[in-house]
Amino acid sequence: MNTATTTQPTPHDAGHYPGGLMRWLTTTNHKDIGTMYLTFSLIMFFVGGLMILAVRAELFQPGLQLMQPEFFNQLIGVHALVMIFAALMPAATGFANWMLPLMIGAPDMALPRLNNWGFWLLPPAAILLTLPFTLALFGIGDGAIATGWTFYAPLSVQGGMGVDFAILAVHILGISSIMGSINIIVTIFNMRAPGMTMMKLPLFAWGWLITAFLLIATLPVLAGAVTMLLTDRHFGTHFFDAAGGGDPILFQHLFWFFGHPEVYILLLPVWGLMPHVLATFSRKPTYGYKAQVYSFIAIGLLSVVVWAHHFFTAGLPVPALFYFMFSTMAISLPLAVLFFCWIATMWKGAMSFETPMLFAVVFIVLFGIAGLTGLILADVAADAQYHHSYFVVAHFHYALFAGGIMGVMTGVYYWLPKWTGHMYSEKLGKLHFWLTVISFNLTFMPQFFLGLAGMPRRIPDYALQFAEFNAMSTVGAFILGLSQLIFAWNIWCCVRGGPKVDGRVWEGAEGLEWELSSPPPHHSWETQPVIK
Amino acid sequence: MTITAHFLRETAHCCAGISSSSLLTWRHLRRLAPLAPAWLPGVAQAAYSFNFPEPVTPIARETLHIHNEFMLIITVLFVVVFAIMIYSMIRHRKSVGHQAARFSGPRGALQWFWALVPFAILLFIDFVLMGIPAVKAVINMEDTQTRADMVLKVTGMQWKWQYEYPEAGIKFISTLATPRDQIANAEAKGEHYLLEVDQPVVLPVGKKVRVLLTSTDVIHTWWVPQFGVKRDAIPGFLRETWVLIEKPGIYRGQCAELCGKDHGFMPVVVHAVPEPEYLAWVDSKKAEAKAAAGSSERTWSKDELIAAGKEVYEKQCVACHQSEGQGLPPAFPALAGSKVIAGPLFDMNGKPAKDGHVDRVMNGKAGTAMQAFRNTLSDVELAAVITFERNSFGNQQGDMVQPAQIKALR
Repeated sequence: MNTATTTQPTPHDAGHYPGGLMRWLTTTNHKDIGTMYLTFSLIMFFVGGLMILAVRAELFQPGLQLMQPEFFNQLIGVHALVMIFAALMPAATGFANWMLPLMIGAPDMALPRLNNWGFWLLPPAAILLTLPFTLALFGIGDGAIATGWTFYAPLSVQGGMGVDFAILAVHILGISSIMGSINIIVTIFNMRAPGMTMMKLPLFAWGWLITAFLLIATLPVLAGAVTMLLTDRHFGTHFFDAAGGGDPILFQHLFWFFGHPEVYILLLPVWGLMPHVLATFSRKPTYGYKAQVYSFIAIGLLSVVVWAHHFFTAGLPVPALFYFMFSTMAISLPLAVLFFCWIATMWKGAMSFETPMLFAVVFIVLFGIAGLTGLILADVAADAQYHHSYFVVAHFHYALFAGGIMGVMTGVYYWLPKWTGHMYSEKLGKLHFWLTVISFNLTFMPQFFLGLAGMPRRIPDYALQFAEFNAMSTVGAFILGLSQLIFAWNIWCCVRGGPKVDGRVWEGAEGLEWELSSPPPHHSWETQPVIK
Repeated sequence: MTITAHFLRETAHCCAGISSSSLLTWRHLRRLAPLAPAWLPGVAQAAYSFNFPEPVTPIARETLHIHNEFMLIITVLFVVVFAIMIYSMIRHRKSVGHQAARFSGPRGALQWFWALVPFAILLFIDFVLMGIPAVKAVINMEDTQTRADMVLKVTGMQWKWQYEYPEAGIKFISTLATPRDQIANAEAKGEHYLLEVDQPVVLPVGKKVRVLLTSTDVIHTWWVPQFGVKRDAIPGFLRETWVLIEKPGIYRGQCAELCGKDHGFMPVVVHAVPEPEYLAWVDSKKAEAKAAAGSSERTWSKDELIAAGKEVYEKQCVACHQSEGQGLPPAFPALAGSKVIAGPLFDMNGKPAKDGHVDRVMNGKAGTAMQAFRNTLSDVELAAVITFERNSFGNQQGDMVQPAQIKALR
């Protein structure tokens, strides 16, 4: 074998993979798998989006117009599960698959078959999650999970078979994520180009490394919690039933032990990506590399010890309230370091504002709002008013839409020319950007005021004083939803054709991934580059 | 929703933090605002509330104060940080010919100093400026017992609240009073749409009320924004909070924890009245309870029971079993043609037949939303609603249950 490889120096670039569907079913190539993750993510983004547009349409006016409360409750929960587990997380994993080997000079991911399996678990899980909607149409069961994405017991113990479907789906999604994480950790630890020490690792890889560890640390806890729920539902256990010596709040502790780190799981890959984009379009080196790495680590550690701030109103003991309040506030310190480094990277650069840079800049501002409102949400006294109100809904959409999804859009525009070899339409990109930013704020800014005025979340109908802001929010949501069609169209056109780009793509781009051609060959870095 | 001038002023500077981030959008909103009533026929008032509603308890006042202070702090942070960024975006552009610097981190003592200053400022803000008022407020908020004048026990259940005054021996259920036709848009919506109940809680002004909370089924959250109080009602556990209402008035809130189908339809309404008025109300409630107890002794006619049962049904049962008894299968079974109703009421020993109609209504069904009404309805109400269900929706059992029979089962 050894001699065979040495006597055959030509890179087997020509695709010797099966054609058609079999190529995608059997592929172990990180680029193919990355493409599948990203495509799946985009499709599910629209599925989850359609669900919430139905919800916003119902909330346009007071009164029940389009649906009954049971269906409303199903839509909001499945929307969240789809967006978190099937849209945002696969997008980040898609980025990792595509970019990590290119960025660290590895020929592929370390565990290619595991990689393939990790992806192909996703479509069945997504089907499980949404199947109960279809079954209900045929009179089987009473629809999907109606507890919100948080599965709170005892409501979830009481719920119909949609809950069982969701539990199973979460298990499968969890297995997929853990396999993906193992792969990423192994790849980063073992397959870096010679000379690339950990402190020369691209920040995107650092962000993902912390994410992967968080996933491995916390997903098993979620799996345990939903399994306990399953046995409470069907096998007579009483983990969450006081009548049998259990405690409903135990579920909340277990769920949020996963649920809070999950926020950072969604955000860390994006935080890792931001410095690359900012440095590229500022034509200036990243500011405070080490500070950012240490901040990632600090945030990762802090994120697993602050979970109870999600249920301050459940009646925790006073010392616990203080502990969770101050540990939560402490997250603002490493986070502020990141903001400082992002802005310092831009400072005295030579900036230009192509679509990825526009998204990056607006990401910083809007995610800043999420961070600052998060800081005041940490306050136990004020949280009594914000908690379970639309204030929280607005807050976490600033974090997860503006922070998460707009971050993903930044990455897509930044790397799309690298992936396809074509430049996307800058005009459509900018149009998409402006429509998204304006309609996003039109959707979610009024929700801060709704929450302050006292509108609880997860209600299908509301009192008359909330009518105006809800109407605005719905108008914003529909513009936001429709604007994403431009995004999909722009990607489609860019994949199909467009002006050719060179390897570097952006004038200020630096890093190994830009040393390769655009698109990179099917097998890249067969000879590892050496970092000096 | 009226907002005092004071709040408008507070709002003006407090909410600047949020709105300044998106000036464009905000202007956009303002332009759309006059259009809003046109989109919403039947909504007379245009209400734009940008802050908490007027506080009427010490906790709510403290909370509002903290909120305003925090909003001010984060607004300043927001403006300062992004002013620097925007300045840089204007000055350090390639298109204006700015040459990129090459620095990649703090060099020299002075730069380290400037990098650490923001860190120190934030440390101060987190743990001193925000931390100290927060600690004070939390200690105050959790002190439910010092000098408490009375106890109110709140029990959440799908989808209504039960209120109990242990000292006065009063207990009643409070349900949504908004007609279903208003929700279905079949008639015009009233002023307090979805925020009105049949029997409000009555509390005396100026008294510290210790509120104990629990639930019979799933987790609910008792929330009245103007009290600054939000606390979960957890099945099998007691949680507590307190209110001291400073001003007479009617205060409205809602359940804040998703608790199933009618989560959006279980409001909280509190009437705060001066003490003499409160005591008079307590006396009238006691007299009412006494009369009800007396009426369970006498023999009722079937028509009387059916008429009374219809009223109970429309408050307690209609949300799940629906107005024509058709239910919402499979979660909420139909009563029309129900096997449970068609079965016998009592067994040979005079006990309720197992899984029979009386048993089901009094004891509920474990693992479903069907709750036990044994402790929430009176003898008369139980007898009436069972009799009503047996003789309505096409069910023609023809029999009835007397309040005395229910009383004998307790």
